[in-house]
Amino acid sequence: MIGWIEKLGHAGLLFCEHVGVSGLFLLRTILRKPRVIRLFPLVVEQVYSVGVLSFVIVALSGLFIGMVLALQGYNILERFGSVEQLGQLVALSVVRELGPVIGGLLFAGRAGSSLTAEIGLMQATEQLASMEMMAVDPLWRIIAPRFWAGVISMPVLIAIFCVVAVFGSYLVGVEWLGVDAGQFWSNMQASVNFRIDIVNGIIKGFVFGIVITWIAVYQGYYAIPTAAGIGRATTKTVVYGSLVVLGLDFILTSFMLGGW
Amino acid sequence: MLNKRIIELLVGLFILVGIIAMFVLAFKVSGLSMYSGGGSFHVAAVFDNIGDLKVRAPVTIAGVRVGEVDSIAIDNSTFKAEVGMYIDKKQDKLPADTTAKILTAGLIGANYIELIPGYNESNLKEGALIIDTQPAIVLENLVGQLIYKLSGEKK
Repeated sequence: MIGWIEKLGHAGLLFCEHVGVSGLFLLRTILRKPRVIRLFPLVVEQVYSVGVLSFVIVALSGLFIGMVLALQGYNILERFGSVEQLGQLVALSVVRELGPVIGGLLFAGRAGSSLTAEIGLMQATEQLASMEMMAVDPLWRIIAPRFWAGVISMPVLIAIFCVVAVFGSYLVGVEWLGVDAGQFWSNMQASVNFRIDIVNGIIKGFVFGIVITWIAVYQGYYAIPTAAGIGRATTKTVVYGSLVVLGLDFILTSFMLGGW
Repeated sequence: MLNKRIIELLVGLFILVGIIAMFVLAFKVSGLSMYSGGGSFHVAAVFDNIGDLKVRAPVTIAGVRVGEVDSIAIDNSTFKAEVGMYIDKKQDKLPADTTAKILTAGLIGANYIELIPGYNESNLKEGALIIDTQPAIVLENLVGQLIYKLSGEKK
């Protein structure tokens, strides 16, 4: 019995330690001496591998989610004879929730996992240690550009996701199912508010971008430097990243609906 | 690894697409208001009851959208609602005795303001106050009156 409680306490302490270490890690990454000019090309390179390469999967998922929402929404709205509200339904659900959340999940799976694997392998092959030997700070050279690239890419990807999803719903709703185009857009525009819906969606994107890349680079940096350890770290990134996105989304939504 | 220039080009395109996406979201999806600014003038109207009227509700003349509501406040001395609205500059020939009323789109739709032009020679100016107004019809009050009448007839 006492052994059990001991184990519980040990797990709790370990958890707190992890949170503390990762928090310090993030702080040390952000609070560098700002060498923006030298950091910029590195960030651009990482935006390519984190953002541009995620573009296709994000845009495709957006397209299909928009199309399927239009199809489902049409079938339900048809019963109430209000199919012209389809644009409103799709736009609000995509901009407020589905865009940031599904974008975040995809980002964790596509970009987060590759960041962790990359940094983990660098750690395993002692590239980071040899950098330190050459007086190059790996936090500055490796971690910071990847972190900022994630923070920049995520809102951009979410904006693209939302637009493509709305376009997909337009394709299905208007071009295929025959909702009137004018009503589709005007009902959407009447109900979607720029400040409340779209800006809040993009804020969610920023927050998710920070949290996912934070988890990814932390897991990679502190991965056990073996093949199995890197594999486990990559899995942890995707699992923790997805769970944190879903949990944070609930918290952020409750703040935003509370008129914050 | 790709050529550095191509990477920079692709990243630039990516950010550009993101910015365009933001603009599409702002103007096409949310229909961000273009009324505030040079192309419009501001008037206010005083109502006894605004019902369910909201900021950004449309302002129409003869059913045609010409502007939108930009502020709703309560006057502290008269306790009436003061509704500010932007009207398209093209409609600056509105007579000064224009009246306003709050209507409902459909049976359970959203409220909007309908302006009914009067016959005065002078025009409605920037910052004018419309006093002659008709309040929103609140369904609960109507039902209340109906029940009151019906129960009165029984006696």
